[in-house]
Amino acid sequence: MSENPTGPGGNGPAHTADPVQEPSGVEDLPDGTGQEAAKAAQPNVASSLLNAVLEGNSAVVTFLAIVTAIVIGGLLIAFSSPTVLHAWSHLFSAPGAAFSQAWDVAASAFSAMFEGAIFNPHTVAAAFHGGSIAAIFNPLSETAVNATPLILSGLAVALAFRAGLFNIGATGQFIGGAFIAGWIGFAVHMPMILHVVVAVIGGFVGGSITGGFVGYMKARTGAHEVIVTIMLNYVMEFLLLFLLGLAVFRAPGLPNPVSPPVASNATLPHLAGANLRINAGFLVALAAAVAVTWLLNRTTVGFELRTVGANPNAARAAGMSPERTWVVVMLICGGLAGLAGASVILGTDFALTPQIYGTYGIDAITVALLGRAKPGGVVLAALLYGSLNAGGVTMQGLTQIPVDITTVIQALIVLFVAAPPLVREIFRLRPRRAGEEGQLLAKGWSS
Amino acid sequence: MTATIPVVHHQRAAIDRKQAVAGIFVMLGLVDIFVFGFLADKGDAVFTFTLNGAAVSVPNLSLPPGPVSEGLGALSIVLGLLYAGLKLAKLSRRLVATGVTLAFIVSFLCWCDAGRIPLPFVSLMQTTMLASIPLVLGALSGCLCERSGVINIAIEGQLLLGAFAGAVIASAFGSIWLGLVTGSLAGGLLGALLAVFAIRYLVDQIILGVVLNVFASGLTGYLYDQALVPYENRLNSPPTFNSIKIPVLGDIPIIGPILFDSTIFLYITYAAVALVHIGLFKTRWGLRVRAVGEHPTAADTVGIRVLFTRYRNVILGGLVAGIGGASLTIGSVGSFGKDISSGQGYIALAAMIFGRWTPLGATGAALLFGFSVALANVLGTIGCPIPSDFLLMLPYVATIIAVAGFVGRSQAPKADGQPYVKS
Repeated sequence: MSENPTGPGGNGPAHTADPVQEPSGVEDLPDGTGQEAAKAAQPNVASSLLNAVLEGNSAVVTFLAIVTAIVIGGLLIAFSSPTVLHAWSHLFSAPGAAFSQAWDVAASAFSAMFEGAIFNPHTVAAAFHGGSIAAIFNPLSETAVNATPLILSGLAVALAFRAGLFNIGATGQFIGGAFIAGWIGFAVHMPMILHVVVAVIGGFVGGSITGGFVGYMKARTGAHEVIVTIMLNYVMEFLLLFLLGLAVFRAPGLPNPVSPPVASNATLPHLAGANLRINAGFLVALAAAVAVTWLLNRTTVGFELRTVGANPNAARAAGMSPERTWVVVMLICGGLAGLAGASVILGTDFALTPQIYGTYGIDAITVALLGRAKPGGVVLAALLYGSLNAGGVTMQGLTQIPVDITTVIQALIVLFVAAPPLVREIFRLRPRRAGEEGQLLAKGWSS
Repeated sequence: MTATIPVVHHQRAAIDRKQAVAGIFVMLGLVDIFVFGFLADKGDAVFTFTLNGAAVSVPNLSLPPGPVSEGLGALSIVLGLLYAGLKLAKLSRRLVATGVTLAFIVSFLCWCDAGRIPLPFVSLMQTTMLASIPLVLGALSGCLCERSGVINIAIEGQLLLGAFAGAVIASAFGSIWLGLVTGSLAGGLLGALLAVFAIRYLVDQIILGVVLNVFASGLTGYLYDQALVPYENRLNSPPTFNSIKIPVLGDIPIIGPILFDSTIFLYITYAAVALVHIGLFKTRWGLRVRAVGEHPTAADTVGIRVLFTRYRNVILGGLVAGIGGASLTIGSVGSFGKDISSGQGYIALAAMIFGRWTPLGATGAALLFGFSVALANVLGTIGCPIPSDFLLMLPYVATIIAVAGFVGRSQAPKADGQPYVKS
């Protein structure tokens, strides 16, 4: 058995040796080639994008970007609150009041966010007085639940980045996955375990079809994937709307176009009791992150993928087919976004609605960028965004500050992360040598 | 060494593309005949051309759907075969494409309306114009930016901010003109953000566009809930522009009510299309802009200020898109709603690509897309069996087909999306 190098299950040393060697060779490409080579490769889509995402900024810049975004978010909260604005009108008679009001409003917003996302001290006190212990862990559970689809769809964008593709189509792929998973969930009857497994696989397939179409179009006709994915998102949104209008996919007796609920056999099992929403989808997401890491670093497909991402012409010269790689990558990426759809429909929402896709597809881009297109980074970024989303809901409930502020903060984080020189200017950090970061970032339509 | 491989690939793709286009034409012709012709319901398709109260009344047009669709379908097939067999000049190719599209639309309308309520052609076209205004202005914004070499995916955000600022300022100060100006400025502000991050901080422009759209959506959504909902009377009930009828021209039957009896926004749009087209292609200014977008190094060598040109054009584009955004609120609906632009910025982007980065082409595409939106509204009222979702999908599907077939790989300005760093 151990002598079979191509077998998928072959764990023998002969099989693993080669792929381990190859990646380390390619990892050196962007670093080792130096500045001149990087400049020569300017029209090259992938290497510039890779450099931007992987090496564009340090952990410090990322951290400062997050801090800056949160501070600006706080200022926005403080200076748009009616009570604070009222206090400002008395600025000259009571100058302290305006500032303290502003501080209070922002502080209460963020502490409510913290209580909703991480830990709420009141629940501990309540638990001592006969309350539920599960309630203590509810914020963390909510963060995980919110992070689950973000991890999966973020991986879908990140993996495409590594192959030099910009996948804006996570929304459409999410819809494809959610629809197939949901349809299997409510229309088919199967025994326990098997049903949910089939439904999740169906989600992967649904997203895969949507994503694979994009890869095929790019490979076959040269259609730019950014344009195709943007347009396909809307096509899928209207397709979902149309399908939910059909009697087959619609719950009878309801005025709104909503599908019947998925069968209980097809739902993702809860991980910590029925009171907490955290479910097996979170484990699927973590497993997917591990699988993507493995795929990138330990397989031939991953090696080709990163080579095509670094330089498609070089990959072609080395006998690889960038076209084939694009199709394969988009099949996998679509599948990952489809899993995100499955995790929502089978884990939290349980019925298809016309708005099931939410903003996961767009958030996925920001998550992938914040996570620097690395699976581990994506998980961390998704947890951060998940906590902001979970906290935002609690904040709106407690302080009546609209939850949209989290969207603003998330967009600002990515804006700053994408522009390290700006963060360096704000914090007076020593600028890096010219060309080292934030230089070769952009690509055009025609490349 | 490797350079020969892509070249061969391109040539093959070019031949494929011509045949694919011809194939699409023939297929549309077949659909005309076998779907719209044979499967039409009994009864004529009736089109009305007169609005209530019009001075001159135009007789209704009554078409038998079967023969009309079959004839137009046969024409499309012939045109498609000509397209594949002959080496046509650019203009003839466009005429063929336009002819086949029109034939398809007419036979589709005949099929839809056969034996049903008469189709009000004039009000359909009025809705088309109204729906096209933000699309055209957004697409022009895209042209201005991308011709100078900066990708503008943030059109959606520019529309949204323009709509928000227009509604709030017009409402708060009671001045609709102030609202129009502020809406435009708000779009310009987002344009300026795009410019600074793209040109100064060299951020990837596709990422930037997407993030700015998220930012605009979050910001307006937040302010809407925080301020506009509680103070709706003061901040979100703006007046709207009345329509202005141009003397004489406005009285022409059919054309008058469609083209010359609308709000100021339509006339601004006419002016903008003309200005951008003439500016980009007939003036020294435009030559310089295009030089910057195609080959910034060469432009710099002859003394054109590359970065200044890009800043100016991106901000200018934002100002234009901001007007389009304002038309969404103070032009028609009045009050602002969350995400009121609802993807129209992306349709405008599609129109610009469909129109091959030219103002006139983009305008044509935007009108076509506006027409499909208007049609989706009208078909529901006449009881057409086609679900409106498919019509709303049309612009996006058309764009996918276009980037795969009609628009080649290298239609965008050469340096579009690539930051210029002096070496």
